[in-house]
Amino acid sequence: MDWIQILSNTAESILSPVTFAFVLASLGLALHFGFAGLLNFGIAGFMAIGAYGYALSILRFGFPWWAGILVSIAAAIVFAILLGAPTLRLRGDYLAIVTIAAAEIARLLFLTNTFDDFTGSASGLFGYHNSFREANPLPDGFYGLGPFSYSSTDWWVRIVGLSLLIVVIWLLWALTRSPWGRVLKGIREDEDAVKALGKNVYAYKMQALIIGGVFGALGGVVYALPSAINPTVYVTSLTFFIWTALLLGGAATVFGPVLGSIIFWVLQAFLTNVLPALTQDGAILEGLTSQQGSTLRFILVGIGLMLIVIYRPQGIRGDKRELTFVK
Amino acid sequence: MSNNEPVKSTGLHIGDAKPGVAKKDPILVADHVTRSFGGLTAVDVEHLEVPRGAITALIGPNGAGKTTFFNLLTGFDTPNTGEMHFDGKSVRGMRSHQIAKLGQVRTFQLTKALSLLTVLENMKLGAGNQLGEGILKSLIPSIWRKQEAEIEERAIELLNRFKLSEKKDDFAASLSGGQRKLLEMARALMTNPSLVMLDEPMAGVNPALTESLLGHVLDLKKEGMTVLFVEHDMHMVRHIADWVVVMAEGKIVAEGPPDSVMEEQAVIDAYLGSHQETDLGVVTGRVDASEGGEKQ
Amino acid sequence: MQLSKTGKRTISAIAAVFAAMMLLLALPVSATADEVGAEFENQIIGNVRVAGEPVEGAKVSVTGNGYSVSTVSDEEGKWSVGVPVVGVYEVAIDRTTIPEEAPIEEFGPLTRQVEFDLTSTVIANYYFGEAEREEVGILAQFLTRLVYGINFGLMLALASVGLSLVFGTTKLSNFAHAEMVTFGAVIALFLSSLNINPFLAILLAVLASGAGGLAQDVVIWRPLRRKGLGIVQLMIVSIGLALTLRYIFQFFIGGSTSQLPSLGGETFNFFGTLTLSTTDIASMAISIAVLISFALWLTMTKTGKATRAISDNVDLAAASGIDVDRVVRYVWVAASALAGLGGILWAYFRPGIKWDMGEKILLLIFAAVVLGGLGTAFGALIGALIVGIMVETSTLILAPDIKYVGALIVLIGVLLVKPTGLLGSKERIG
Repeated sequence: MDWIQILSNTAESILSPVTFAFVLASLGLALHFGFAGLLNFGIAGFMAIGAYGYALSILRFGFPWWAGILVSIAAAIVFAILLGAPTLRLRGDYLAIVTIAAAEIARLLFLTNTFDDFTGSASGLFGYHNSFREANPLPDGFYGLGPFSYSSTDWWVRIVGLSLLIVVIWLLWALTRSPWGRVLKGIREDEDAVKALGKNVYAYKMQALIIGGVFGALGGVVYALPSAINPTVYVTSLTFFIWTALLLGGAATVFGPVLGSIIFWVLQAFLTNVLPALTQDGAILEGLTSQQGSTLRFILVGIGLMLIVIYRPQGIRGDKRELTFVK
Repeated sequence: MSNNEPVKSTGLHIGDAKPGVAKKDPILVADHVTRSFGGLTAVDVEHLEVPRGAITALIGPNGAGKTTFFNLLTGFDTPNTGEMHFDGKSVRGMRSHQIAKLGQVRTFQLTKALSLLTVLENMKLGAGNQLGEGILKSLIPSIWRKQEAEIEERAIELLNRFKLSEKKDDFAASLSGGQRKLLEMARALMTNPSLVMLDEPMAGVNPALTESLLGHVLDLKKEGMTVLFVEHDMHMVRHIADWVVVMAEGKIVAEGPPDSVMEEQAVIDAYLGSHQETDLGVVTGRVDASEGGEKQ
Repeated sequence: MQLSKTGKRTISAIAAVFAAMMLLLALPVSATADEVGAEFENQIIGNVRVAGEPVEGAKVSVTGNGYSVSTVSDEEGKWSVGVPVVGVYEVAIDRTTIPEEAPIEEFGPLTRQVEFDLTSTVIANYYFGEAEREEVGILAQFLTRLVYGINFGLMLALASVGLSLVFGTTKLSNFAHAEMVTFGAVIALFLSSLNINPFLAILLAVLASGAGGLAQDVVIWRPLRRKGLGIVQLMIVSIGLALTLRYIFQFFIGGSTSQLPSLGGETFNFFGTLTLSTTDIASMAISIAVLISFALWLTMTKTGKATRAISDNVDLAAASGIDVDRVVRYVWVAASALAGLGGILWAYFRPGIKWDMGEKILLLIFAAVVLGGLGTAFGALIGALIVGIMVETSTLILAPDIKYVGALIVLIGVLLVKPTGLLGSKERIG
């Protein structure tokens, strides 16, 4: 087994756009669930809307890439309002079912052949990179060190992704330590008590849903930046993986989701490399096909999610006393 | 009973003390307020005025509609019919937070301490008109830092008064039941209310804290606030209430000063006619507990 | 430390259940034979159609990442190719293997690029020209869809009543319930690969599903109830369990679709468009019979009545001497066995067994349960029929690939307008 290669591939995942996308989406979920107590199970829908909003505005309307990002943000705001306006008064677990259904509706509408001319249906979207790559200030070439060596295009993707990430982390940090964040945490604990103190609970929840949704949409944009949009990505499993990353790090924290997403992808990358190798002759998992070896890693995600929620619901970064699960 | 008997406010009403009697200076007026669930009418209040600057108790047997009426007055539930005025302003159709903003604050029967916020955060949340609670302004601390310091100062003052300041950095979840009641009341005061509505403030409070809770309610009146509370504890009602409103089966059946109202036939009928354990006769000391039990 | 003790016990118990499940599934099951590179996890799949009609024998080649392979489409126009690594691939279709009349120009280039992302499957469809509308009377079409809808609805009902009962008695929104649907089908597939009589295999698979439900309750849900986990925590645990089970299925049967052995019988044709096989008719009869017996169990037996008492008010039920834990265990067994049966019947209806087949209908099951009123078994039955009929008849107007959208919209609509569902009683307020 080539351990150097495996470790190098694993390390690389720290700076991969997919990891950035996960961090962004899990920060959105942190605002929704960790701080406001909203059980949003439709984060994959927000990501799909971000990704499609970006690519469609470039491909179909000829927008420049930065305007594409603005369109994504606007689309996420609209989706959040449509979703939230009628549902934010619902009980927690009802909201979970409504959001998961709404995300599935969004995905099926992107996927259907009915709108093939516009959305590309099952083939997805590609070839929207010109404007973005032209804006790349880095000269052509190959830069970096060790596992972190990329072409100038790949660096440009990572720079933009990382910049968005820093802005979003700052926003979440600034919002949640302010009196605004205090109201949100109060709502998470008991919204009637907060209403009785004269706060417009509905408006706060809507603001939280919108902002977290925009974070999720930006995650979708970053996901779409390097290559293409594949509609099979935005399934409910994606939502559940992001929940896993969030709960792993700590839902009611700012850096927990960052840490959780990175650990999630580092482990995924490591297992993706290691497990198939372990199925070779003479290794521990001899007798399994390499396909079975790599399926093991998703089984581990599921078991991991169960164990976190049962034994450490506050996550790695969370305060032991600060269980975010209200009974 | 404590030695320093509270000073009762008298002469609150105009004319005979009967249901719906007019008050000299009402802060809260309800007219034709009804609320039914399915076929059952839970509240049917023809007319009620709550006197300003006094402590009014709302009593009645279980299922009389007291808490439902409370919810209607505070906007947590919507009446089927009726009109309500607070401080001369119609609050019909207003949502709970809008009513709260007018200066009418409530507490809950099941105490709602925000468990995973610290005691101090609970208090600060109570303050109204906070600049930092706007989403954009919250991002720039220099806008709200000064106000936040003032709020914190006021919160600490109140916590001192309620003997909770030592706990200020603890999660509210770590407080005892009685301390949570105190916290909820203190937090309500952070809103600078003119009317404080307490839903069973004594429920689940251990006897050691009862005296201090009563004292705090009396202090509210001294500071010029109006208090309306729902309570089963007749000791508290007799001790601190200036005016008592009795509900039964959704209607107001009697009103008057605490000493005289409990003598009224309608009140006795209301309590004895209902199938529940709290017996007014026992409380007023005129009926033996075993007799009351037999009549049910 | 007491907590860590129970902790260890729970972990080892979870491990034991998984080990048992893996043992159950340990024998390899063959995938369908017409696939190239089926041993690889990553698949490029697609359809070839001309004017909506499947094209058999169209040659598709896939090149990329130092790998090159070709395959031909089957009688349904489907093809699939497994590839060793994820990445960008070029997919090309051989012009000479497509019928002359196909409007190639409208379609665009015959060579295209596909790329793997997070998932292990990418799709490259070749649809040439619009499907021609078949000239069948609208009434016949409607009746056809109606019958399919009832059939589908009955299977959905088998899955839904269990979810509803579990919710009613334990307040758990069980996202892993759909995996019990898959479980039944996968076990039936495994047993039939042992050359057991297919009917016996089905019966054993239903029993195994019930045992699976029992194991879940004993190992996971009851200890967690004891531990006092909140409903949201339990819900997320069920999501973790769903992911675990789903990928365990994939581990054993791979990413492809497998078929249960035919049960024989004939095919009947009604008014031109409706074809029903003996299996279809038997499947409906079995569903109805099982659902009726289940309803009788709920209404007539002591345990069944206790189930409903617990759904109404668990404290009151416990106070009146009902052994809640015991009844809940029966509920888990019954719910899982019904779901497993639903999965087996659905495997014949779809047709085929796939590792994520349950997940595909999870939201439909939720829709049925919510529509009928959360926690009421009879509501779930009616909800499932409505959802099934709606999904099937909506294809008269909508494209088949968005036939679930209508059901999802209804799901959202019901939760917004009348969250207690059609049969649910109004929640008591104040």
